[in-house]
Amino acid sequence: MSWIHIMILLPFIYAILVPFLYKLYSHKLHTGWFVMPIPVIIFIYLLQYITPISSGEKIYTTLAWMPSLGINFTTNVDGLSLIFGLLITGIGALVILYSIYYMAKKREALHNFYIYLLLFMGAMLGLVFSDNIFVLYVFWEITSISSFLLIAYWYQRPKSRYGAQKSMLITIFGGLAMLAGFIMLSMMTGTNSVQEIISQMNDVTSGPLFVPAMLLTLLGAFTKSAQFPFSIWLPDAMEAPTPISAYLHSATMVKAGIYLVARFTPVFGGAVEWFWIVSVVGMITMIWGSFYAVKQTDLKALLAYSTISQLGLIMSLLGLGSASMAFGFTEESAMYTVATGAAMFHLINHATFKGSLFMVVGIIDYETGTRDIRRLGGLMTIMPISFTLSIIGGFAMAGLPPFNGFLSKEMFFTSVLRASELPIFSMETFGIMFPVIAWVASVFTFVYCMILIFRTFAGKHQPERLEKKAHEAPVGMLIPPIVLSSLVVIIFFFPNIIGQSLLKPSLAAILPGFTQDGAFEFITKIEAWHGFNTELFMTIGIVIFGTLLYLSHKKWSSVFYTLPEWFSLNSVYNAALEKSETVARGITNNYMTGFIRDYLVYIFAFFSIALLTCVWVLKGVSLDISNNAPISIYEVILVIGIVISALGVLFSKSRLTAIISVGALGYIIALLFVIFRAPDLALTQLIVETVTVALFLLCFYHLPEFKKEHSRVRFRITNLIISLGVGITVTLLALSAQGNKLFEPISSYFENSYELAGARNMVNAILVDFRGFDTLLEILVLSVAGLGVYTLIKLRKQGSGTNETE
Amino acid sequence: MEILMSITVGVFFMVGTYLLLSKSLLKVIVSLILLSHGAHLLLLTMAGLQRGASPLLSLEADSYTDPLPQALILTAIVISFGVTSFLLVLAYRTYKEHKTDDLEQLRGSADE
Repeated sequence: MSWIHIMILLPFIYAILVPFLYKLYSHKLHTGWFVMPIPVIIFIYLLQYITPISSGEKIYTTLAWMPSLGINFTTNVDGLSLIFGLLITGIGALVILYSIYYMAKKREALHNFYIYLLLFMGAMLGLVFSDNIFVLYVFWEITSISSFLLIAYWYQRPKSRYGAQKSMLITIFGGLAMLAGFIMLSMMTGTNSVQEIISQMNDVTSGPLFVPAMLLTLLGAFTKSAQFPFSIWLPDAMEAPTPISAYLHSATMVKAGIYLVARFTPVFGGAVEWFWIVSVVGMITMIWGSFYAVKQTDLKALLAYSTISQLGLIMSLLGLGSASMAFGFTEESAMYTVATGAAMFHLINHATFKGSLFMVVGIIDYETGTRDIRRLGGLMTIMPISFTLSIIGGFAMAGLPPFNGFLSKEMFFTSVLRASELPIFSMETFGIMFPVIAWVASVFTFVYCMILIFRTFAGKHQPERLEKKAHEAPVGMLIPPIVLSSLVVIIFFFPNIIGQSLLKPSLAAILPGFTQDGAFEFITKIEAWHGFNTELFMTIGIVIFGTLLYLSHKKWSSVFYTLPEWFSLNSVYNAALEKSETVARGITNNYMTGFIRDYLVYIFAFFSIALLTCVWVLKGVSLDISNNAPISIYEVILVIGIVISALGVLFSKSRLTAIISVGALGYIIALLFVIFRAPDLALTQLIVETVTVALFLLCFYHLPEFKKEHSRVRFRITNLIISLGVGITVTLLALSAQGNKLFEPISSYFENSYELAGARNMVNAILVDFRGFDTLLEILVLSVAGLGVYTLIKLRKQGSGTNETE
Repeated sequence: MEILMSITVGVFFMVGTYLLLSKSLLKVIVSLILLSHGAHLLLLTMAGLQRGASPLLSLEADSYTDPLPQALILTAIVISFGVTSFLLVLAYRTYKEHKTDDLEQLRGSADE
């Protein structure tokens, strides 16, 4: 147990304390104040890793969990996990501060809120620091579950429950796929540690399960990170409280998939499938998300689609960056690492400005009572600070100077332009698509950012359409977005601080093959002004076209409604869910009829078909009659008697005939026992048969309530086929067992019964001496049956209509 | 002889199965009796029907029939008797409560 383990487990442990603190102090102090120190402590703790990590050190600690299965809580602190750790705890602390002002102390169940939040935080920390893939998976699922709980925080609302269920189904589906991928990786390499898997890369790339493992792992990453077409859960997750949307659905959880892709780039990267899938899915997600974000009228939905789009951007950059591995880490390939650098840089930038934007939207919602763009407007003078914050966040998202989004967007353009000149992966033909899509998506991004800022704050104020009288938010609520916005600006002016300390080590973790120092030199030389190059002209083009589109938005916004309602991913999801339920219900209703006869038909049909097929395939029937006893006339007569009585049971019209035929059968069998030299059996059979027949008569004939109906067993051809099948199967099995005697019976041993047990009757000696234990339990069976009969007759349900007293 | 007995056992199983698939509760119980008869005879047949004396040492014969399957069948007879009598009373109670012994009318609850 080292400090890093304690830090990861700290939120879980503290979550236990939260309800007690809530119970004791909630009337005095908001519970959030007690929770806030936790992320702050972890943040400060993680800061001290920056120096060793940026000097290339790797910190690796193990805590034994299930050593015999190779599953240990191993932590690996490197540049990549450190970036995520700092984001999780830093933004976590700000979000908790924000929620203290956002969540009302009296009305809300705050203990639930903070328990779920702490669970999520701990799980996310565990996810990014785990080196063991199965431990990673455990934390991955805890993030899904705690996110589910947080989305449905206001569980009284049907929409919250719908959104929570949807995100649960999609992310758990992906999580299970990812587990399958992990198991394949573990099978191929024989180890569960990510670092060891990377060091045994040759086993993976040459293994037959390479492509399936890659696809399944990617499925997990895509569902979690809301990539196309699994992005549909994210807009519905906006039913969560706004601090949660800001934290989970912009800054942390949705980036777990990004983390996964980045973490496994050393394993799968360099393969053509990985390159194409990751970058193309990212590109599609980016343009789809930015296009649909323009349509939204709810501010949170707009931000949700913009998150989808930005995640697509980061994902496609990771895909493009993996191309550098295909060259085998040469000088020439180093130029493509800029894409990976841009991905990590934009990851940080996106977390800062998107967190801030969500908080601003939450403030607007809190102060006006609505998030609908059509009802908002003219808040510029009423809420100047929020306006400033949203300008910073929105311009950063649109990629304008002097904000950090500009830098990462320029790097993004650099990456796609270089990727379009890639000499491999048939990029010569398709490569040109990348800059075009990237540019178009960025134009839409610009448009929705402008809608976000100016539809909300500019224009005419409509106080009559707002639920509350709008005014500026309390200071405490403004501090977290102010901190994030100042980061947005600081990163723009001093990008090389994080470039040197965080980005470079993270690149070394994603692309570990680059041993020479020069490969990542670009990341410490990011600057705002780099001359008049293509990237800058692209940005200028975005601003011009974006402004034109924004101004003419009303004229062309009808394009979103040309597609019918049913033609969307959501309706496909809903229809699939509904259809699967109806189909499953239909199938179940079809075979679960409730009639015993049907179930017996299934059982017997299966029995006969399985056994007959088995006998036929294994050629099991072998007749060997050499050992058989001769047939005597008595036996023939008795067998004829059996057949006649059996047919009598079958064709009897009245119950009495059936019962008497059964009795006759029983007595004939007793006679057979006599012939086959079994005196004890004959005795027992006679008595048992007599008692049974008497019972039958008592229950079904002589009791006055019983209707005296006469009915023959109805003939049914299926019944005949099945019963014939069963009869033939049993006969065949008996015959083939006869023909295959494997060894002599042990019965000669029982001839010692006098010497060993003092009994001359061998059967009785077996029953009470050699195998007396069976008899004991058989007595128990009889006693239980007797008690059961007694209970059935005596006990009545109280208050039921029948007043019977026996 | 074993072949004849195997066929007899087959007849027992066939008639038992046919009755088990019928509608009347009484016939179902009868079918269970037939099936257990079939199983007992099968046990006896499988042990071999060679002629020998009854398994009583006082007969002082050269060879005896196999006593082990007889002990097994004896146990089985008693157990199937216990189960049959319980089933009979159960069927009787069912009839008293529901006024029918038709299995199709006794089918599960109505809300399915």
